[in-house]
Amino acid sequence: MHLHRYEKIWLMLGTGALALFIVILSVNAFAMGMTPPSHMEMIDPKKVDQTAPFDKPGLKKIGPNEYELVMVSFAFGYQPGNVEVPKGAKVTFITTSKDVVHGFQIPGTNVNTMVLPGHVSKITHTFDEPGKFLILCNEYCGAGHQIMATHVIVK
Amino acid sequence: MNREDNVRVDRAAAKLSLAHIYVAFIGFAIAALCGLLQGLVRGGIVTLPKWLGYYQLLTTHGVMMGLVFTTFFIIGLFLAGAARTSDGKLSPAASKLGWIGWWMMTIGTGMATVTILMNDASVLYTFYAPMKASPWFYVGAALLVVGSWFGGYAIFANYAAWKKANRGKTSPLFQYMAVSTMILWQIATLGVAVEVVFQLIPWSFGWVDGVDILLSRSLFWFFGHPLVYFWLMPAYAVWYVSIPKIIGGKVFSDSLARTSFVLFILLSMPVGFHHQLMEPGISASWKMIHVILTLMVVVPSLMTAFSMFATFETTGRAKGAKSLFGWFKTLPWGDVRFFAPFMGMLYFIPAGAGGIINASNQLNQVIHNTIWVTGHFHLTVGTSVALTFFAAAYWIIPHLTGRKLTKTANRLGIVQTVLWLVGMSMMSGAMHFLGLQGAPRRTDYTTYFNDETALGWMSYQKLMAMGGEILFFSSILLIGLVVYLAFFAPKGEEEFPIGETSENAEATPKVLERWGLWVGIAAFLIVLAYGVPLAQQINHAPPASAGFRTW
Ligand code: HEM
Ligand SMILES: [Cu+2]
Ligand SMILES: [Cu+2]
Repeated sequence: MHLHRYEKIWLMLGTGALALFIVILSVNAFAMGMTPPSHMEMIDPKKVDQTAPFDKPGLKKIGPNEYELVMVSFAFGYQPGNVEVPKGAKVTFITTSKDVVHGFQIPGTNVNTMVLPGHVSKITHTFDEPGKFLILCNEYCGAGHQIMATHVIVK
Repeated sequence: MNREDNVRVDRAAAKLSLAHIYVAFIGFAIAALCGLLQGLVRGGIVTLPKWLGYYQLLTTHGVMMGLVFTTFFIIGLFLAGAARTSDGKLSPAASKLGWIGWWMMTIGTGMATVTILMNDASVLYTFYAPMKASPWFYVGAALLVVGSWFGGYAIFANYAAWKKANRGKTSPLFQYMAVSTMILWQIATLGVAVEVVFQLIPWSFGWVDGVDILLSRSLFWFFGHPLVYFWLMPAYAVWYVSIPKIIGGKVFSDSLARTSFVLFILLSMPVGFHHQLMEPGISASWKMIHVILTLMVVVPSLMTAFSMFATFETTGRAKGAKSLFGWFKTLPWGDVRFFAPFMGMLYFIPAGAGGIINASNQLNQVIHNTIWVTGHFHLTVGTSVALTFFAAAYWIIPHLTGRKLTKTANRLGIVQTVLWLVGMSMMSGAMHFLGLQGAPRRTDYTTYFNDETALGWMSYQKLMAMGGEILFFSSILLIGLVVYLAFFAPKGEEEFPIGETSENAEATPKVLERWGLWVGIAAFLIVLAYGVPLAQQINHAPPASAGFRTW
């Protein structure tokens, strides 16, 4: 099929830019370790409260200023809520859902993951600044979806 | 004017097409009212009465705009266009299939609407399990989808009849585009059909007691992404075929136009994971493969952009424009049939850029499930596609009812378009801005217990609401014009513009009509992109989820 000369140039530039973009994305994801949250662990959604680590949700220190925060997501809240961590803490959030699909997002950070029943979600963030950070559910989960939120307090 | 230009769609085909277009605009009107209220509620300007929930409104808006308005309008447009390019008639088989489809879709829509009104299905138009709606909601959705298959069969039947009567000839471009869109639709809807028929219906009736959530979501998004191409391709058909005629020019290149449609069939299916980038249970490398395939769709979009502007320029030059951009002034800016879709194209530029952001896995982390996404698709489907459909309605309805788009109606149409653009810029602009700050989509009025961040969003929520008010006003004008053109405009003849291919374009390669080949490649790509991850999801599934009614 014949292509107009300008069209060839246009498509070549466009496709070239696209290829470059894809390379950057891949390097970003795999060489620099910035893949989106894709944790593969599973759990029985009917037995969340009896299954470790969700049988004892809460903050656990795992290193110098490094923490794991196990939270259960449910309609409509997170358990435990209003957890305090020190400034500079590197926190790995670990959560799953007891009922429907939820979201887990901290506005102003890159913390954003889906919470599916049957799957465990993990996401890590370092809190360099003190403050009161909002955690909210960003996936519609029912009549109280708009009040499904809590805070992390960084001191 | 040659003989072809005078073809009128006959009464039987007109009746069928109009039946679709009327349901489309009834759905649109209901949805526009919901949209207005959503904006006002989120902005804290009104509070809903006890008997009406925010999520009930939002379910109605999503179903009516995203599924009913679009699907009915698209099938109505294609049936009319198929008749217009087949001497004004649909083949007998096509008419029959078309009516079967219309009845199924209309009954399905009715069933879904009743369950939503009774608050038994406030699950939004994506109906994510394990929220469990009334089984009749899912049955209604299934009827809507299967009915639309019959709409597709009608298009195929008419195309086959045309081919039989015109052996060896290249099919009309408009019919080719209708056929490719409907092929895409048949394949895409398989995903949601399997989800609804094999997972959700048995579970909602209580015949089985659990659902695999991740699998249901993957099946949904197998459908959910090509759904947006199902909206877009008919608009592209109008851009490629009708706009050249309206501006007094020729179709730039028949083969390029067909190639871009084939590419859409191939590239729009194996990409659904870009809607599930933030999900556990799908590995990062499979996500990346879908991201790459998603981004490839940039190529046919660039081809379309080139064709459109080449048509504008060659037409302007043929009319005597000399300077570098002189052709721009020769375009018929005062004709709503050109002005509205042109503005749609213009808005597609930022919309497409936003789409690239959404599809990139790291950037997606910033905007996933924020109201940025809602802002994005109000530009793509809510502006580019919607404005093109409005403009098409302004000529198709009078063409089918034997009336005329009068000068005044044309002028009001331009006012309607401008209002839509102003309203959408405000609403969608505010949504994009809010989303970047992390404000979630699909969320009733909230300050999250007076959280400072959330309180800071409120002024933009109000701007969003104001945009919604202007959009609602534009919608009233639109509905008024639709009713006027259908029942009150003066009798006369309104053209259904179908462009001819320019003389110096080459013959169209035959391979473009070898559908078996394209469907085969599409199937191959789908197996490549989905085979392994879906097999993993089925073989390593977590225990199934029970249903919940959380609203
Ligand atoms: C009168 C003009 C319109 C207004 C005022 C409007 C307003 C809105 C608002 C405020 C939302 C978001 C609510 C939320 O996430 O909490 C929304 C969602 C949506 N709108 Fe519109 N919209 C309009 C036109 C359209 C059009 C023309 C389409 C498509 C053809 C459309 C399709 C959708 C869809 C699919 C959703 C998502 C529903 C969901 O998240 O479940 N809207 N609209
Ligand atoms: Cu929620
Ligand atoms: Cu998509």
